[in-house]
Amino acid sequence: MDRHSIIEHIPRLRRYARALVGDRYVADDLVQDTLERAWNKFYLWREGSDLRAWLFTIMHNVFVNQARRRRLEIEQAMDELPTTVARAAPGERLEPEDVDRALRTLSPEQREVVLLIAVEQLTYEEVGRALGIPLGTVMSRLSRGRERMRQMLGDPATVPLKVVK
Amino acid sequence: MKAMTEAELQAYVDGALPQGSRPEMEAWLASHPEDAERLRAYTEQDTVLRALYNPILDEPVPATLLAVRPGRWRTLAAAAAIFALGIGLGWLVRGILIPPQMMPLSLARQAATAHIVYTPEVRHPVEVTSAEEAHLVRWLSKRLGTALKAPTLGALGYELVGGRLLSGTQGPVAHFMYQDARGQRLTLYVSRQKGEPSDTAFRFSQEGRVSVFYWVEDDFGYALSGELRRDQLLRIADAVYKQLNP
Repeated sequence: MDRHSIIEHIPRLRRYARALVGDRYVADDLVQDTLERAWNKFYLWREGSDLRAWLFTIMHNVFVNQARRRRLEIEQAMDELPTTVARAAPGERLEPEDVDRALRTLSPEQREVVLLIAVEQLTYEEVGRALGIPLGTVMSRLSRGRERMRQMLGDPATVPLKVVK
Repeated sequence: MKAMTEAELQAYVDGALPQGSRPEMEAWLASHPEDAERLRAYTEQDTVLRALYNPILDEPVPATLLAVRPGRWRTLAAAAAIFALGIGLGWLVRGILIPPQMMPLSLARQAATAHIVYTPEVRHPVEVTSAEEAHLVRWLSKRLGTALKAPTLGALGYELVGGRLLSGTQGPVAHFMYQDARGQRLTLYVSRQKGEPSDTAFRFSQEGRVSVFYWVEDDFGYALSGELRRDQLLRIADAVYKQLNP
């Protein structure tokens, strides 16, 4: 069992977890649970297949299980989010804080897809395999997620007044 | 002009559009400024997201994450295996799921758990087989920091299968497995028991269907587990004790 191969991926797992859940400590807990499961199931990993994609699959499963338990908390947190993310004027550069806030308004399903593609730069096929969803679903979540963020960051007049759950 | 699909528009943002389709796409965007503006915005969003989260790659990895290793998941795996086996030892699982520092598991329970988890293994019951007995004993001795000995139980019908290193609440654990001609398996669990008074009296514990005889001697705890009747196991425990304390 090659311990280093998993350790090498920890920085990327942390990046993805942080972007996914926002909070640093919650994110590192997610990484820790993921690593524990990965060690536990290491014998299931096929030599030569993409270890990173496999680790993302495990993180996705841990995340979904936790999200199920925490659904109520998440919904409460969503309620506290600002429903609009103001942008001073069209054509102005995006503020990182605003982009992050827009990201938080996505459903967890959309956020996963947007981050795996935009930040982790997985291919559409890899995302489909990691999340266990068909390619068409990857594309529709990506398209909706990106568009929702754009709406949040764009002209305030087009921003929906209420966060749609 | 062929209309571009939404999937193609997204693929263009991600550089995933086949080379051959790009001129068509560029022509489409030149005549569809709303789409062009939309894709420009997506690209910018993505760029900002990467700028936000890429610095995490350079952060030092917390020691707690580097410390996650097989030794730790074994406890969890043990709990999972017990669920999977469905052998009605629910109380055992409860013990395991509580973090060790909060509720140290008794030697007998830990030994019974290890027994339940590893004895059904057909292909990998041990890490090192008895073919390499000298190496096995040397390796486990080194990890436990004491000179161990694998008792010889041939006279009682049990041959050494091999052993493995486990992680217990008090550190490393040496786990020896024996098997008789019918495939009946016994395990000997040896762990450090710091601060425990030596108590060479045998103690017996019935952990579900697993019988355990255990004792503590010179800061080490020994537990012999098997799915045997108490009197049958006692005979073997007695032999083990005599060999370890000649």
